[in-house]
Amino acid sequence: MPQTLYDKLWQNHVVHTEEDGTALLYIDRHLVHEVTSPQAFEGLKLANRKLWRVSSIVATADHNTPTDHWEDGIKDPISRLQVETLDANIKEFGALAYFPFKDARQGIVHVMGPENGATLPGMTVVCGDSHTSTHGAFACLAHGIGTSEVEHVMATQCLLQKKSKSMLVRVDGKLGAGLSGKDIALAIIGKIGTAGGTGYAIEFGGEAIRALSMEGRMTLCNMAIEGGARAGMVAVDDNTINYLKGRPFAPKPEQWDAAVAYWRTLVSDEGAEFDRVVVLDAAEIQPQVTWGTSPEMVTTIDGAVPSPDDFADPVKREGVARALQYMGLTPRTPMSEIAIDKVFIGSCTNSRIEDLREAAAVAKGKHVAPNVKLAMVVPGSGVVKRQAEAEGLDKVFKDAGFEWREPGCSMCLAMNADRLEPGERCASTSNRNFEGRQGNGGRTHLVSPAMAAAAAIAGHFADVRKLS
Amino acid sequence: MKKFTQLNGLVAPLDRANVDTDAIIPKQFLKSIKRSGFGPNAFDEWRYLDHGEPGMDNSKRPLNPDFVLNKPRYQGASVLLVRDNFGCGSSREHAPWALEDYGFRAIIGPSFADIFFNNSFKNGLLPIKLPEAEVDVIFKQIEEHVGYSLDIDLDKQTITRPDGKVIGFEIDGFRKHCLLNGLDDIGLTLQKADLIKAFEAKRRVEQPWLFA
Repeated sequence: MPQTLYDKLWQNHVVHTEEDGTALLYIDRHLVHEVTSPQAFEGLKLANRKLWRVSSIVATADHNTPTDHWEDGIKDPISRLQVETLDANIKEFGALAYFPFKDARQGIVHVMGPENGATLPGMTVVCGDSHTSTHGAFACLAHGIGTSEVEHVMATQCLLQKKSKSMLVRVDGKLGAGLSGKDIALAIIGKIGTAGGTGYAIEFGGEAIRALSMEGRMTLCNMAIEGGARAGMVAVDDNTINYLKGRPFAPKPEQWDAAVAYWRTLVSDEGAEFDRVVVLDAAEIQPQVTWGTSPEMVTTIDGAVPSPDDFADPVKREGVARALQYMGLTPRTPMSEIAIDKVFIGSCTNSRIEDLREAAAVAKGKHVAPNVKLAMVVPGSGVVKRQAEAEGLDKVFKDAGFEWREPGCSMCLAMNADRLEPGERCASTSNRNFEGRQGNGGRTHLVSPAMAAAAAIAGHFADVRKLS
Repeated sequence: MKKFTQLNGLVAPLDRANVDTDAIIPKQFLKSIKRSGFGPNAFDEWRYLDHGEPGMDNSKRPLNPDFVLNKPRYQGASVLLVRDNFGCGSSREHAPWALEDYGFRAIIGPSFADIFFNNSFKNGLLPIKLPEAEVDVIFKQIEEHVGYSLDIDLDKQTITRPDGKVIGFEIDGFRKHCLLNGLDDIGLTLQKADLIKAFEAKRRVEQPWLFA
């Protein structure tokens, strides 16, 4: 019987299946960061357990780390303790690799993993972080887990799981100029809703997905969780293989050909059946901007803020009214008339080299608008930062009035000092526009890196395709 | 893990869809390296009028009188009634830790986000999916009856309403078994250590590049 990519990945990792269908799934790669691991390590210590396989662990500190004045260390004592706890735990338990605060290869866990070749096709990848779905771009079965499961994987190298249903999201045709994986991701979530993927593993396919770079695919899979799907994935092709060649943890030359031969099988078979198929036409996708407090509350740059009256369902109507109140928006306001206070280019969604190139191309030779209090660029990792600097992107941003920061999660979730003040409105390349996500009372609009740069220059949301 | 067998609990209604885990426990509290003590900060931004930070004396903070959990009639609630897609967003297990520490033992709603749903079971917190129409009825009944409580029987997989109506619910056999007996997953899995070792040995031969 023809199999989907998800079927193959699943089947390849089942150690045992219980009577009710709960499977014991083998985990190849366990990514670890400081926020969701301390309680798991403590659990191991209390039970006198060790890591099942030290070489499966790749760790970094990213959520709490500051993005400026690294020479001063981490000022917040509670944040510092959490980062130092990870240092101590890795020292005690071990890891294949650890990139601590200030390390040259430190970065956001979902940027650091792939760029080091720690994420390989056919792997199961887990992390105590919902955006682990990012790694599905490499034809991995990758998803976020809670801290109890982090401890379970540490102790047993396995996870108890039930197989999800399968969904194919096919994006046919060609994406227009000025658009990116972020616009595709938001357009999909706008179509299926934030719970549309609940209970499913999503495979993204079709011409527009094949045409995406690995960076674009990572952006797309990263946001599978915002559509409710724990896992998103893309089949292996030349892009996947070319990206991996020469990465530090990629297969050694003598294993490379065997690995590639296996990876080439990691595609859905012709005629494989999915439980649900959603089709989008790439040519119809326009630059996306969110207006509310859930990623599904999204429209195009040509669109306007909706009215609660547009929604028949009372729960939805109430939700929209509450969102508009929180966001300080009036129904029918054109998106392009909404002025912004801050701009954040970064996060595990959009902080890779290609994202920075796209934003820099828009910012080049222009200047951040006077009403924008802060426009910051936070590279996803030390590796991305150095690459960007080698290309002169840092200079482009700084000349245009952007701040060029050190890598980390930063204002995506504001666990460090980077945050919105109450009422501040932000054009953000991150993944969540939830209430308070970027700071208590902060108002987040999700956009692509190019659209964030365009908003910074214009001082309000603007169509990057029309920016002169 | 705490066992869950039966519960007769006061029900508090949280009438909004897509309640995310950032709302259940805001990020500043995730800096803790402990797994307890999150209850006073559950729904922090909705529950208090000021901005909460770790280390504050929460008993001295101004409460938001409009937030449902602050209403006198819902004090002591152990069942939370919710809308669609509860627990979406971040995978932080601090969300079920906070709800459990607050005093909730069960959450009833039409749908839950996958990771949150899974995390709840690991903490003796029972998430129950009911059809939307059933959830609507309970929301309405709560409004009409102060002190509204439900009887939940995990073994029988039933919820009994005060009006005597019994509603059945589904749960995976394995999760039910673990919850009824308060079993530690890790201990159970380690009973299969030989199977895991055999699987790993085979994998090491077939895909040696995964074991660099």
